[in-house]
Amino acid sequence: MPHDHHDHLSPSGHPYRADNDVPLTYWHVMEIAVRELLIEKGITTPAAINTQIDAMDARNPTNGAQVVARFWTDPAFAKALLADGAQVTRDMGFDIGPMHLIALPNTPKLHNVVVCTLCSCYPRNLLGLPPDWYKSRAYRSRTVREPRKVLAEFGVDLPPNTEVRVHDSTADMRYIVIPNRPTGTDGWSADQLAALVTRDSMIGTGLPKSAHTA
Amino acid sequence: MAERQRVRVHTHMPPGHVRTPAYLRGKTGTVERILGPFPNPEDLAYRQKGAPLPLYRVRFRMGDVWTNPDHPNDTIEAEIYAHWLTEVPDHAP
Repeated sequence: MPHDHHDHLSPSGHPYRADNDVPLTYWHVMEIAVRELLIEKGITTPAAINTQIDAMDARNPTNGAQVVARFWTDPAFAKALLADGAQVTRDMGFDIGPMHLIALPNTPKLHNVVVCTLCSCYPRNLLGLPPDWYKSRAYRSRTVREPRKVLAEFGVDLPPNTEVRVHDSTADMRYIVIPNRPTGTDGWSADQLAALVTRDSMIGTGLPKSAHTA
Repeated sequence: MAERQRVRVHTHMPPGHVRTPAYLRGKTGTVERILGPFPNPEDLAYRQKGAPLPLYRVRFRMGDVWTNPDHPNDTIEAEIYAHWLTEVPDHAP
């Protein structure tokens, strides 16, 4: 039964992805044409383009976790991060380019969560590429309308007297949430603490791991 | 405009590239901090030299944005360019 519906699933149980046997779109053609022209004219090289792709892929949430852990352990750093997040993270080697960075510290009475309702603005220098759900219409539209329900679906249940503050990343700022430092971590090094900081805890849709999971 | 100034977002619905979310248009909030100047993105999008504008982070109460939200005292903050904002006197209704 070669056309049995089970054929649509791979042996691992996942659906096969359709081959993209479709013509290139206008923008695909334009991207290829511009890239080839830049190479032909000696403005850039294939190696330089690959280096840039590698640099983009190398960014990941461990960058942001280092920033959070340092915020928890170094009061002078914390103050500087709040004053000029872009410069401070650039000094750590995480260049944000022309954007600015605002760090959003949670407190026992305030929980911050970040969304970009207009597109998918995200602090890529600190967290890497955004997860697919961050770009979904559901996350983008619901987070500003019913943030507590969205957070509950991520497993974050907040008491009613904790204010939820949604940050809509509409223009030139990028945001990183500084979650509350887990209890039972007194005396921990920044490296030990960084291992507790999850990607979602820096978006605001999660909490750091607890001390006993480390 | 200064921090803590009450402001209302314009209700314009212009065509083209705009970075003021529709759900905040016509809503009243408070300036949380002042940023910028940044070039006007509505010009940059069309390869014009964007005029530098102040950018404000405005804080809105959920109760001032949505009808009957579950938690009216939760808040939303967004970055809004100066030309989208009008000052609202504190005693205004």
